[in-house]
Amino acid sequence: MEVFVQQLINGLTLGSIYGLIAIGYTMVFGIIGMVNFAHGDVFMVSAFVALIAYLILTTLVGIGSAVVTLIAILVISMVMTSVLSWVIERIAYRPLRGSFRLAPLISAVGMSIFLANFVQVTQGPRNKSIPPIVSGEFVLMGSGSYPVTLSVKQIIIWIVTATLLAAFWFVVTRTPLGRAQRACEQDRKMAALLGIDVDRTVSLTFVIGAALAAVAGTMYLMYYGVVSFSDGFNPGVKAFTAAVLGGIGSLPGAVVGGLLIGLVETFWSAYFTTDYKDVAAFSILAITLIFLPQGLLGRPDVEKV
Amino acid sequence: MARSDAARSGVSAPAPHALHAAALGRALRAAAMAGFIAFALFVPLIGFNTVQNMRNELVLETRFDLLAVLVAIVAGGAFLNTLFLEPWRLRRIEAARLRAPTRTARAGPKIFAPAAIAFVIVYPALILLMDALTGHSSAVKWIDNFGIQILIYVMLGLGLNIVVGLAGLLDLGYVAFYAVGAYSYALLAKTFGFSFFLLLPLAGILAAFWGILLGFPVLRLRGDYLAIVTLAFGEIIRLVLINWIPVTNGYAGISGIPRPTFFGIPFNANDDGFAATFGLEFSPIYRTIYLYYIILALVLLTAFVTTRLRKLPIGRAWEALREDEIACRSLGINTTNTKLTAFAIGALFGGFAGAFFAARQGFVSPESFTFMESATILAVVVLGGMGSQMGVAVAAVLMVACTEILRDLDFLKQVFGTDFDPTQYRMLVFGFAMVAVMIWKPRGFVVTRDPSILLSKLRNTAPEAPRNVGGEPIEEIRK
Repeated sequence: MEVFVQQLINGLTLGSIYGLIAIGYTMVFGIIGMVNFAHGDVFMVSAFVALIAYLILTTLVGIGSAVVTLIAILVISMVMTSVLSWVIERIAYRPLRGSFRLAPLISAVGMSIFLANFVQVTQGPRNKSIPPIVSGEFVLMGSGSYPVTLSVKQIIIWIVTATLLAAFWFVVTRTPLGRAQRACEQDRKMAALLGIDVDRTVSLTFVIGAALAAVAGTMYLMYYGVVSFSDGFNPGVKAFTAAVLGGIGSLPGAVVGGLLIGLVETFWSAYFTTDYKDVAAFSILAITLIFLPQGLLGRPDVEKV
Repeated sequence: MARSDAARSGVSAPAPHALHAAALGRALRAAAMAGFIAFALFVPLIGFNTVQNMRNELVLETRFDLLAVLVAIVAGGAFLNTLFLEPWRLRRIEAARLRAPTRTARAGPKIFAPAAIAFVIVYPALILLMDALTGHSSAVKWIDNFGIQILIYVMLGLGLNIVVGLAGLLDLGYVAFYAVGAYSYALLAKTFGFSFFLLLPLAGILAAFWGILLGFPVLRLRGDYLAIVTLAFGEIIRLVLINWIPVTNGYAGISGIPRPTFFGIPFNANDDGFAATFGLEFSPIYRTIYLYYIILALVLLTAFVTTRLRKLPIGRAWEALREDEIACRSLGINTTNTKLTAFAIGALFGGFAGAFFAARQGFVSPESFTFMESATILAVVVLGGMGSQMGVAVAAVLMVACTEILRDLDFLKQVFGTDFDPTQYRMLVFGFAMVAVMIWKPRGFVVTRDPSILLSKLRNTAPEAPRNVGGEPIEEIRK
């Protein structure tokens, strides 16, 4: 029981991070029908930006308060990653609309390789670890041998994720930007005819996705305290799995999928073996695509000529 | 036009200075914008470097000089682009529009291909001759590092080319089949002592079997999904290789794999070895040359089979599938079977390459089969021009040779410091090149390959006709 509750807590934390990344995949796929393969690496870059911002703030500027530091690095990382994603869309994806089918995906793969290796070359291949930004934990169920703990970090991740998801939900459902975004998703040509600036909307979709990935990146850094240039790959693929599992194109689906993948991964590690936890996540992707291609909350994919 | 002419020819042009100044102003604005964005992007990752100090804490080092140089390069690039490149490009598009769309059949490759094949056949002899003339003994290095290494990549590129270039299925986990081939050879040769030429087809068949096994459920998926599933499959295979320690020995890998023998005669210094049997002085060069010709034969076989397959109905179906899947299905082509065949044949060649790799190295470990390896092979195919065999070969040569040559250049070390290692930058350049190829020359930098059959008049009847691989309208019949 204790193990179960503990893994539930850990799984939900991990799942929140996956869910935040998954939204970026699902939104971009919804609006231009492309798998943004570089999204996982955008997430990794955001964690690095947060890391460097953290070091600047603590060592060079000398801010002592953990709360101020955390909020500052979150904002810096979100802004920087948004700019990065905007530039990527501008350079690598926009010129390819109307090119042949595989072009954007190959370009995204190239961009992913570029980003990972750019960070490797500029920051070195080693793991970068920092001392914990926040510490402290509560004991929920105190049976001596296996106390179930809930750390402050996990609470922060839940609160930040929930707040930003709510804000994001508001943007998508209640603002003109969100309306334009949903219109482009349904029919880009028609939206353009009705006076929506499609290019700008697509750019903003990338920016919003990247900002949420930056939240995930900062939380990832805070939670694990370590990041390396190759950290974009696995969370990227798992978040994509989450998006597919939840139904690609569906925003609540991405969050639900993320939580499920997080839970599966932690429970698998706890009850079976950690060796094959990635295999479990990757297998879910294949199984979902084969048996439930529309996902849990998605609409069936209608192929149009 | 007038504006761009003025911008290009500078003061000597009779154009009014106002236009010239406007173009200059535009270019300056673009440069300032690009410089600003580059500055914003580069500040964290280039302006600061995270290093560990003596107490194992992470500290920052500043690199503002490098930051300034890179921002200046980006700004300068944007300036030149707006001032010169953009007008030039516009003029070229204009000129291409005015010119009648005539494209004559190219004669180049018809001479080039036989010449290239002749060259690779005599290559070891040339190297030996060079050695004899100069008195150095670098033949093993030249045949092994350049010859065999390049040919392995050509082989892999040709195999993946069938899947990506011909059938238009993006396979991001191709290295899985390479791994299956390599481990099949390694395990079977070590356990049962079967010979290389028995295991080579077997390894290929096993890889093809895995291709079918994986392909059967997933090939109904759309292109993008397929790419990710193949990626996941590649990772699963690698993770199994790492974790299934009783069989694969995990990270440590399998060593002491039997080497191929020359019709039963091993390449060693013993009395029954190759050198002794033929009355030669023992030298590792014989084995290297032998391996070179094995992989060369495999490459030529792959190229030949692919060329013939292209002319069969199945090859036509692949290309049709690549151009338009829905049209294919409407015409009664069984798309699942067509895709499966491409997948299996691609995997077969990947398996051959893997078996050869294991036999050449005598050692395999999961390190050789990472996603980056898949990405490298994909880069070879994409840069070479998807669908073009000659392009794949040239891209593989450029890729391996450039890295090897860059590694040996001493003046680069003087410019960039002694710890400069070009292999580090290799994938960085590849990633960038893949994006660049997609934007500027989607049919590949090296060679452009059109579909084997093109329909004429499509452009006249349908102004928004679906584009083919190059993103260019389809416009001629060529037999």
